Order: sequence, then structure tokens, then C-alpha cells
Amino acid sequence: MKNFNGKILFLDRSDINTDEIIPAKYLTELTKEALKPYCLEDLKLDSFDSKKDLAEKTAIVTRENFGCGSSREHAPWALEENGINIVIATNFARIFRQNMFNNGMMAIELPAEQIDEIFKKFAGTDATLAVDFDKSEIKISNNKDSFTTNYTLGLFYSDLVKVGGWIDYVDTKY
Amino acid sequence: MGKTVAEKIFDAHRIDRPQEGIEVLSIDAVFCHEITTPIAINDLVSRGKDRVFDNTKIKAVIDHVTPAKDSKTAEQGKTIREWAKRQNIKDFFDIGKNGVCHAIFPEHGFARPGYTIIMGDSHTCTHGAFCAFAAGVGTTDLEVGILKGVCAFKSPETIKINITGKLQSGVFAKDVILEVIRQLTTNGATDCVIEFTGEVVDAMSMESRLTLSNMAVEAGATSGICYPDMTTVEYLWPFIQDEFKTKEEALASYKQWLPDADATYKKVMNIDVTNLEPLATFGYKPDQVKTIKELEGTRLDQIYIGSCTNGRIEDLRVAAKVLEGNKLSPDVRGILAPATPKVYSQALAEGIIKIFMDAGFCVTNPTCGACLGMSNGVLASGEVCAATTNRNFNGRMGKGGTIHLMSPASAAASAIAGKITNSKLYKG
Repeated sequence: MKNFNGKILFLDRSDINTDEIIPAKYLTELTKEALKPYCLEDLKLDSFDSKKDLAEKTAIVTRENFGCGSSREHAPWALEENGINIVIATNFARIFRQNMFNNGMMAIELPAEQIDEIFKKFAGTDATLAVDFDKSEIKISNNKDSFTTNYTLGLFYSDLVKVGGWIDYVDTKY
Repeated sequence: MGKTVAEKIFDAHRIDRPQEGIEVLSIDAVFCHEITTPIAINDLVSRGKDRVFDNTKIKAVIDHVTPAKDSKTAEQGKTIREWAKRQNIKDFFDIGKNGVCHAIFPEHGFARPGYTIIMGDSHTCTHGAFCAFAAGVGTTDLEVGILKGVCAFKSPETIKINITGKLQSGVFAKDVILEVIRQLTTNGATDCVIEFTGEVVDAMSMESRLTLSNMAVEAGATSGICYPDMTTVEYLWPFIQDEFKTKEEALASYKQWLPDADATYKKVMNIDVTNLEPLATFGYKPDQVKTIKELEGTRLDQIYIGSCTNGRIEDLRVAAKVLEGNKLSPDVRGILAPATPKVYSQALAEGIIKIFMDAGFCVTNPTCGACLGMSNGVLASGEVCAATTNRNFNGRMGKGGTIHLMSPASAAASAIAGKITNSKLYKG
């Protein structure tokens, strides 16, 4: 399984689209590695600096409809190349969510109230995420607060995460 | 319990249910283009699985950047070209025969009622206009589709949108879908299929239905479906005449996919479009929609007419009607990208290309190009474009650029004015 633990990048906006995650002009790259420097380059978010703010982060917490727009799997790949294998949001665009799990990455949906609470407590601080996959539990903490909750994946998505994605899953099944 | 269109198609294609609410379907057609397919091809090669599940069910095109603009895009073209040859994919559209995927594949009759279709492109929902379940997917889903002919989806919930009334002159399918997206918002239909129905859709040509279905994904929808009728059959007839004795027989067969009267919908929306005005987007989300009147006078630098949304012959005819005898404002530049070679040829034969050129437009070859800021009309920072495309995302047509989505009629009217203006200039 991929690593889901570590420092959190907070993106306090809804409808962050795949063009913002990786602009189309980089879709001419033939390797995933080449996408690394351009991740979130066009994100429309005040005072966000992709070069600085992505450093050492391993998880994203954001709002609604993350990953809307294009079907480009370059979006999760660009995140993965930067060490981010998990995004926690109120909800996701369908294709982006499937692309995450198809790569053995996680797209976790939590109720808007919980996302609100996480932003209130941890945004702007050095917060870290710890995932207990067997218990379907996430724990977010910083030096003064912590927040624990359960998430629901279902058997299919859990299996995709365990085997590392759809290609390996399909190999054993169809 | 009655079934929706998508439920009927799922029933006919289900091969597995790995958990409650997840269904693995067999796929009737896998569409491929040169941006999202090469990484899948290279991965298959590296896994020692360079093969395809059925070479007759795979259709491929080079459309996003064509002709190649640099070494990288040339490499992408080469990868898919050599693969198509190696795998004996007969329906491969290379330069000279190529056009925007969601315009050229329908032209060749590749989308049919009851089909399951996937492509590594979010606007694959377009093909739902033929009453198919057509969904955009990522490269991994595409790779598995190519290799095994299967794909997994959540069990579909359906939103039925009943479009009634009568469109005023100067108001088109593009305005209708912008209104639908405004009401649904950008994630109002996530994980849902939309069924477009009602007298307005019944009266639409296939081209207009393709415009409607094309933007279903901008509300988050998996697929945007229109019901099959004689318009569908007439459009498909050249490709299905060996399959059916008469058009009536074809229609009777296609009607098996119509929803049951007691089908269950997540939501039913009724939209009366009689008083609908020409619309356009503002901001950077496709649900940010105002009337053209409200945006009247907005400064423009470029007009772009084309794309899988509005680059078909009907769109060009409408724009030409507005442009005829007029000149592009000196304040703006205009680009026309007919969506396919067939559209281009027809437009030439009908004198439409001349009208555009006389007005001062640059006419490019068929390509996705500027719609996603890859080539042929990328915006500079601070520039504003009136476009007949489908996404007004921040930076979509070029870093720092702004896009106002609108109909071809409104775009043509704005081209003459040099600023956003209403399409009353349309005399249809």
C-alpha cells in the first residue's frame, strides 16, 4: 500500500479543477515524473505558492467537488509525484475519484461539518494525518489539538487501495 | 420496478458486481486520442501486454494537437499511430482525416443506442445523444478497457430533465445547456446520468443534441442521454441499413432502451425555455451564467468558434448567418476551427468558409487546439475570449486568460461588435 501519513496541505476552496491541478500544456509529457514541478501551478487561491506550499506535504484537505473537469489522470499522477497519495474532501468529481483509486491512492469523503471542523482547528498550522486503514480511521493532529473520525470506503475501493490499483485488480479477476 | 435508460444498459452489460452499488460492465466501444492514450499504450508494452481486446471496437484519432506543434506532441502522435498499425485498428483517423473526437466518431456512426462507450476524455458524455451510456475515464480505466473491454461504474442514479416550451430565435441548445448547468451547479449531477427529454429535445437535430449532451459533465454527470427517435435513426441510417430492413424497424429496436414509465429518478427537473435568453458564462466555473444582456459590453480580445461542443456544420451555419456581410471588429481577432474534415468540406461547399474569411476570421484545421490552451489560439495573460467551447476554467485557454462560453450566434455577434453583445443579429 502507498503511504498516507504525513503533513497536510489545506486548500480552502471548492471546485478545484484538474486544469488547476495540472494545466493542459503539460499533457504532452510522456512520463509521470515530468509532471512533478507543475502540480497546482494554476491554482486560483489567495497567497498560494505551489513551489513553497507543496513541499513535504503528503495529504490534501479541501472542500467540495475536488478534481472536477477534465478526465486527465495526470492530476492524481502530479499529486503522487509530489508525495501526495490521499485527498480528503466533502466530495469529488467522479472521474478524478476513480483515477485516485485506480492508482491505489485514496479519495476520502467526509461530511461538510467535519471538513469545516478540520479547517477551523488545523488550517494554517503544521498538522499531520495518520490513517489506520484496517480500522477505516483517520487522525489529524497538531501540537495542541487532535481529531479522529471513521471513513467509509466499501470493499471495491479498499481492494483497489490494497492491491495498488485497477490494473492489478483486473488481472486477478477478468 | 421500472428502469431508467442507464439501468437498462447496465443490465445488458453487467459482468460483475464487486460490491453493492459498483458494477463492472462490458464495453462496446473504446475511443482513444493521442493525449491520454500513449501512457496507457506504453504501460501495456512495459507489462508485456501489448494487445487489444477487440480491434474492431477500438476507435482512435489524433485531435488535441494536430498537426504536431513540437517534438513532444509529435512523439504522442507517433505512439498512437504505430500502436494503431500494430494492433490493426482500422478506424484510426490520422492527419488529413482527423477531427475533434466527439464530432468525428458520431459522424462515422460509432455511437449507437444501448452502447457502452468509454474514452480518456471527460466530454465522452457527448455520445449519450444517441442514447448510449458514454462516460469519460482516466488513463488506467482506458488501459483496462483496451486490454479487457471492461470498466467499473457506480450503479447509476438518473436525473430527468424535461425541457418544454419553444426556443426563441437566436436561442440555441448551447443556451439551454448553460441554463441546465446554472440550475444544477457544477456538482449537481455528480455520479448521475442525465436524461434530456421533452418537446424541445424532440425537435432538436442530432447536432443540437450532441451540444446538449456534451456539457452534461460540466454539472458533474457521468453521461447525458437523449432518447432515440426518427432523428437518431435518420442520422445513423447510412451505418445501420444492412442491420435493419426499414427505418421503422430500427426505431422499434432502439426503443427497447427507452425508460419505463415507472422508472425511479433521483430528481425530475422541468425547464420551460420559452423565455430563455441567450446566455454566457462569467468567472471561472461553467455554472456561473448570466444573460448576454447582463454581460453586454464586456471587453473581448479573441473569438473562438469550434470544439466538440459547437464546431459542427449547424453551428457554422448559424454563425455565418450572423457574420454574412459583416466584418470582425478591429478590436478583436477571430478563429474558426471546423470540428471535422467533413464539416470543413461542407462549409466550403456552402460558402460558409468564405463568409468567415471575408469577415476577417482565421480558419484553422479541425483540432481541439485552443479550447484547452494547447495550440492554435492560446490566450495571453489578461486577454478575454468569447468561445463556443465548454470550459471557462481559470487559465484553460492560456495562463491568465478569461473565457466567456456562449453559442455560435452570440460569439459571431460579439465578433462584429468587438465586445459581448446579444445575438439579436441572428435572423433565423
